[in-house]
Amino acid sequence: MKKMKAGRLSKTTKNDLITYGMVILAYIIVQIFVATGHVSSLIQGLLVPFCTYAIVAIALNLTVGILGELSLGHAGFMCVGAFTSAVFSLAFKQTMPGGPRFFIALLIGAATAALVGFLVGIPVLRLKGDYLAIVTLAFGEIIKNIINALYLGVDGNGLHFTMKDALSLNLAEDGVVLIKGAQGVTGTPNDSNFTVGVILILVTLFIVLNFIHSRTGRAVMAIRDNRIAAESIGINVTKYKLIAFTLSASLAGVAGVLYAHNLSTLNALPKNFGYNMSILILVFVVLGGIGNIRGSIIAAVLLTLLPEVLRGLSDYRMLIYAIVLIAMMIFNWSPNAIFFRKRMRQRLTGGGKSEKEEA
Amino acid sequence: MKKKMLSLVLAGAMMATVLTGCGSDGAASGTTTESETTESTDAAETAETTEAADTAEAADTAGAADAAGGTFKIGGIGPLTGGAAVYGVAAKNGSQIAVDEINAAGGINGMTVELNFQDDELDAEKSVNAYNVLKDWGAQVIDGSVTSACSIAVSEKTYQDKVFQLTPSGSAVECVQYDNAFRICFSDPNQGIASAQYIGENGLASKVAVIYDSSDVYSSGIYEKFAQEAANQPFEIVTAGAFTADNKTDFSVQLQQAKDAGAELVFLPIYYTEASLILTQADSMGFDVQFFGCDGLDGILGVENFDASLAEGVMLLTPFAADATDELTVNFVTEYNNRFGETPNQFAADGYDTIYTIKAAAEKAGITADMSNEEICAALSQAMTEISVDGLTGEGITWDASGEPSKAPKAVVIKDGAYAAM
Repeated sequence: MKKMKAGRLSKTTKNDLITYGMVILAYIIVQIFVATGHVSSLIQGLLVPFCTYAIVAIALNLTVGILGELSLGHAGFMCVGAFTSAVFSLAFKQTMPGGPRFFIALLIGAATAALVGFLVGIPVLRLKGDYLAIVTLAFGEIIKNIINALYLGVDGNGLHFTMKDALSLNLAEDGVVLIKGAQGVTGTPNDSNFTVGVILILVTLFIVLNFIHSRTGRAVMAIRDNRIAAESIGINVTKYKLIAFTLSASLAGVAGVLYAHNLSTLNALPKNFGYNMSILILVFVVLGGIGNIRGSIIAAVLLTLLPEVLRGLSDYRMLIYAIVLIAMMIFNWSPNAIFFRKRMRQRLTGGGKSEKEEA
Repeated sequence: MKKKMLSLVLAGAMMATVLTGCGSDGAASGTTTESETTESTDAAETAETTEAADTAEAADTAGAADAAGGTFKIGGIGPLTGGAAVYGVAAKNGSQIAVDEINAAGGINGMTVELNFQDDELDAEKSVNAYNVLKDWGAQVIDGSVTSACSIAVSEKTYQDKVFQLTPSGSAVECVQYDNAFRICFSDPNQGIASAQYIGENGLASKVAVIYDSSDVYSSGIYEKFAQEAANQPFEIVTAGAFTADNKTDFSVQLQQAKDAGAELVFLPIYYTEASLILTQADSMGFDVQFFGCDGLDGILGVENFDASLAEGVMLLTPFAADATDELTVNFVTEYNNRFGETPNQFAADGYDTIYTIKAAAEKAGITADMSNEEICAALSQAMTEISVDGLTGEGITWDASGEPSKAPKAVVIKDGAYAAM
C-alpha cells in the first residue's frame, strides 16, 4: 500500500487491479449496450447467470487453486445457500422491502453455506489425500436428496417441517408451505439483477484476493506447497485449511442466493445442483487456470454463453459443446500449445524478449 | 511435432468456424427480424385487404390471404435433450404436425404459422434462456414449457413481457398463476381429486394403497390431492409407499406393504416405465389386485420387454388414448407414425392441441401479424375464455380466466391389449 502511494504498484496489486478493472469495464460496456438497445434478450437474460457462475468459480478456485484440495460438491453449497435464502425471502415477501430483504437473504445464504462447509470440513480436512473430493461429492448428492424430500411450512405458530408430505405439516389456516418437497420453492421474489451480481463479484474478488495476499492466505498456500514444511514452522494445518474451505463454501452460498433470486422456481434437480454442476464449476476453474482468479471469471462467462450461442446447431449443440471444451483445454494446457502461443506472441511483438505468462 | 501442431491449428480452425458460424447466425436472425418488421409494415399497408379476408372467412380465401397475412410465430420450449427428452420431443413433434396441417389448410387468419422449438434441458434457468432466444427470434406466443418447473419460470418472464403462454403439459398449479398463462392438460390436483372421486363413486374398492414417486413433482402433486380428497370418499388409504428417482427398480417392499394391509386397489400416480415394473413384480409375488393410474400410465402397452397381458384390467384416467377410434385421433396417430416412426403419447397430443387451441383463440380474437405481442396477449387471453376446442385430449374443452381447462377426464381400462372406454 505504501508503494501504491508512491505511484509504483507491486506486481500483485497491478494484477488485482486489472481483474477489478476487467469486471468494471465489462459492466460499463454491457450497461451502455443495454441502454442503447444493442443487447439481445438472450444475453440480457444470461447476465445474472454469468455473475452466479463467476462467483462460484472464484469460490471453487479458492479451494482448488489456493488450498490445493479438490471439492466436487460446490453445487451442494450453492444449493444450501439458494434454498435457505429463498425460504427466507419467500417468508418475508410481503412484510419487508426488496433491498434489505435481499441483503439479509445474502447474509443468511452465505452463513448457512459457511456453517455446512465448516461441518463438512472438520473431519475431512484433518486427513491427507483426496478425501475432501469423496466427501464433498457425497455431500452434494445428500443435500439434493434431503431437499427433495423436505417439506417446510410456516404459520402463526412458527416453522413446521416434515419428510413425509405437505399434508403432514399440519399448518394453520394462514400457513404457507415454503418448500414443497420435490416441487421445491416457488414464488421467490426476483431480487437479483446484473448490477447486484457485479457488485457481488467485486465483493467476492475483494475478499478472495485480499485473503490470498494476507498472512492467512500465505499460510494456506504454504500448506498447499509443502504440508510438512508448513507444519514444521508451526502453522496449524487443519485450522488454516478450514478457514479457506469455509470461506470458499460461503462464497458458493452467495452464488446460490443470486441463482435463487433470479428465477421464480427453485428445484434441486441433478441438472442445476447435482454432481454434473459441480464438475462444470470445476471445468470453469481448470479451464480458466487453477489458482488464476481472473481466468475463472472469463471461463465461467464463456462456458455459460457457449451452449446458448450454439443453439443454432439444434441437436448437435451438446456434441459441439464437448468438442469445443476439449479444443479449449488443449489450447490452454497442452505444453505444445503453450509453446506455440509463446512463439506466435514473440513473432507478433517483433521477436526479441519473451513475455512471461501471467501467473 | 509438426503433426501435433497441425492438429492444433485444425482444432483452432474448427473452433473458429463454430464461433463465426454462431456469429453469422446471430446476424442472420437480426436480418430476419428486420425483414419481419418490413413485412409487418407491408401488412399494415394492406390492412384493408386483411380485414376483407377476415370477414370473408379466412380459411376459404387462404390462397389470396397467404401473401398478405404474413407469418405468425409460435415459440415452443421443452426438454429435447437429457432424461426428459421423450416428453419434449413428443410435444415438439405433435405441435409440428398441427402447424403443418394448419399451414396446408391456409394458416391462421391467412397468416402462415412458424414454429421454433427450443431445448430447455429440463432446467428452469435454461428454459428462461430458451424463452429469451425465442423473444429475439420474434415469437408472438409461447407454446411451453412442457414441464412444470420450467413452465413456472417462463411464465414469470412472459407475464413481465406480456406474451401469451399456453403450456401443453405444465401441470403444477403455479404454471397458470398469471392471467396470460393457460394450459391444455389437467392440473395435478385435478387429476388427484378426479381419481379419488372416480374410485369412490364407482365403489371400486374400500381399501386403497398408493405407490408414488416422492421426488417427482407430478407424482407427489397428484398423491397429495388424492389423499386429501380420499377423506371425503367411502374408501381409506391403507398404505402410501414412496420411492425416489434414485431408487426406482425394486418395488417389492411397497407391494408387500400393500398386500399385508389388504389393499383391494393400488393407485399409481406415476409414469409408465415404473408402473410396468410394479405390474411385473406384483405378478411374480402373486399379488392379484386392481391397479388404477393417471395419464402418466398412458404408454404402458408400448414398453419394451413388458408382457402386456399383465396390464389387463388396469384402469387409468387419461385425456388421450392412442388407439381411440375417432377420426381425429386415427388421423393424428397415422400421421405421427408415418413421420416419426412411433406411436404418439399424451404429450404429443397435448402439443397438437396446443397449436389448434392457439389457432382457435387467434381466429376468435382476429389476430393479425402486425399486432404487438402485448395486444396479442390481451386479445388471446380474452378469447381463450370464449372458445371451445374439440381436440385429441378432450371434446368441447373450455377455459376460464384462471387458465385451467375444463374437460371431462376419460377413464379407460386395458382390455385384450388395448384401451377400452369405461
